Formats: sequence, C-alpha cells, structure tokens
Amino acid sequence: MEIPYAVKPHPVTGVANGKLGIWLFLASEVMLFGALFSSYILLRVGADVWPHGRDLGLSIPLATLNTMVLIASSVTMVMSWASLKMNNFGKFRLYLAITVLLAFVFLGVKAVEYTEKFEHHHFPGTNTFFAIYFTLTGLHGLHVLGGIIVNSYLLLPGSKMWKKDPDRLTNRVEYAGLYWHFVDLVWIFLFPVLYLL
Amino acid sequence: MEGAEDIRKHVRIYIAVFVALAALTIITVGLSYLELPGFWHIGFALIVATIKGALVACYFMHLISEKTIIYAVLALCVLFFVFLMYLPTATSSF
Repeated sequence: MEIPYAVKPHPVTGVANGKLGIWLFLASEVMLFGALFSSYILLRVGADVWPHGRDLGLSIPLATLNTMVLIASSVTMVMSWASLKMNNFGKFRLYLAITVLLAFVFLGVKAVEYTEKFEHHHFPGTNTFFAIYFTLTGLHGLHVLGGIIVNSYLLLPGSKMWKKDPDRLTNRVEYAGLYWHFVDLVWIFLFPVLYLL
Repeated sequence: MEGAEDIRKHVRIYIAVFVALAALTIITVGLSYLELPGFWHIGFALIVATIKGALVACYFMHLISEKTIIYAVLALCVLFFVFLMYLPTATSSF
C-alpha cells in the first residue's frame, strides 16, 4: 500500500504529511524541554544562592568544543540533504557519515565530563544544580543518541531507497535534519544556561 | 521546486551561517569571563543564544521560507512556551 502525500504536498496543508508530522513532533519536544527549562528558572529564582557551573567544576572549554561539534554537525546534516537535492549520492553519504561521527564525538566528550563529575562525587542527588544539570544534559544526550540511530539507518539500509524513490529519501533526510537541528538548537540554550550563567 | 543552482546558493548561506554561529559562540564564552553586572551577564548570554537559535531555525531548518501551516503550528507552540517560561517568575512571590 502506498503512503499518500509522502512526496507531493497535501492539497489542504500545502506540505507533505511527513513534514507536518515532524513539525508537530518538534512542537511537543519544545514543550518537553520547555517544562524542564521552566523548572530550572523556578529552582534558580527560588534559591538563596545559585552557583556558577564553572565554580562547581563544569568545564567551559569542553562544553565550547561540544558546541562547535554540534554546530559543525548541523552544517554537515544540511549539506547531506543539499547533496541529494543536487543528485550527488556519494556526497550525501559522506556528509551524513561525518554527521554521525560528530554526534559520537559529542557523546564522547559528554562521557568524559560525566566521568569527571562522578569521580568528584557529583551526582544528581548532590544538590539542586546537579539535579537539573544531569536531567537536562542527560535528556539532551538521549536525543543525540536518537539522532545517531535515525541518521545511521538513513546512511546504511535506508539509503537503498535512492534507487527506487529518490524524492522520498530526500524528504526523509530533510525530516531527520529538522530533528537534528532541533537537538543543536536545544544545546545552544543549554550551554550558556548551565555553563556560563 | 528548487533547482540545483538554487541549492548551490543555499550552500553558500549554510557556510556563512556556520561561521556566524562559531563567532557568536566565541563571543558568548568571552563575555562570560567579563565580570558584568548580573542583569547584563544573563541578558547578553540569552540574546546571543537567541540570535544563534534564530539562525539555526531560519536557515538550517528553512523556517525563513516555510508554509503557513508550519508557522501556525509553531505560533501555538511559542505561545505555550512563553507561558511556561513566565510561570515560574510570576508565581515565585507566592
């Protein structure tokens, strides 16, 4: 059975069903992270003293490196989509592979940070700051992992679609890209909120 | 439907946005080391983050030229998000 409006825009919405679906999903994700950011504000305004992340041992150089890594991965993600639009399947795979690699680098750096925290006996139960720090960065890390799974699928078995339905694969990569850019966008706010302020 | 030449123009924009995002990241880290008063310290960091977020949303997520239905979904989302952000400060005095 053929899925309707997977490539062509739906006559009512003006967009393919998948695109509307991913934006509705991202809207729900905004609410999920929004609730946690709201909790962060509540904890911060309710606290007598709120520490700077760097005073508790958070590494600004490592977090800056991770910010650059995620920004670079967003560029390679959008370049993989652009390569498909320009009918260059080889470059699509190259850029998507780099995106997945950069995502692993991000998680690797995060693992180094977490290990260092645990060695200093800083756990989610240590204080309110670390409770919200581990909750926000942990949830974000799970989203990075989700992006790795989706992008790896599109890079390996999913890319076979290029031969029989290239437009549909291009759309799938665009939707995966929208998710990945959202993950980058969340980090853009997490970085100053947890490390710099 | 965009042609290959249109996409090549987009690619040049993506590179420019990447450079801008990297530069803004360095600026926000640099500002954090200046001992600015609390309001300016938080204000500058959030303004730079908002500019970076807008660049990602507008150019990488193509929101600068999206269909009305997507804007409608996001408008509702933004409304609830702003309410969520306002809620803690509005109730903090109770």
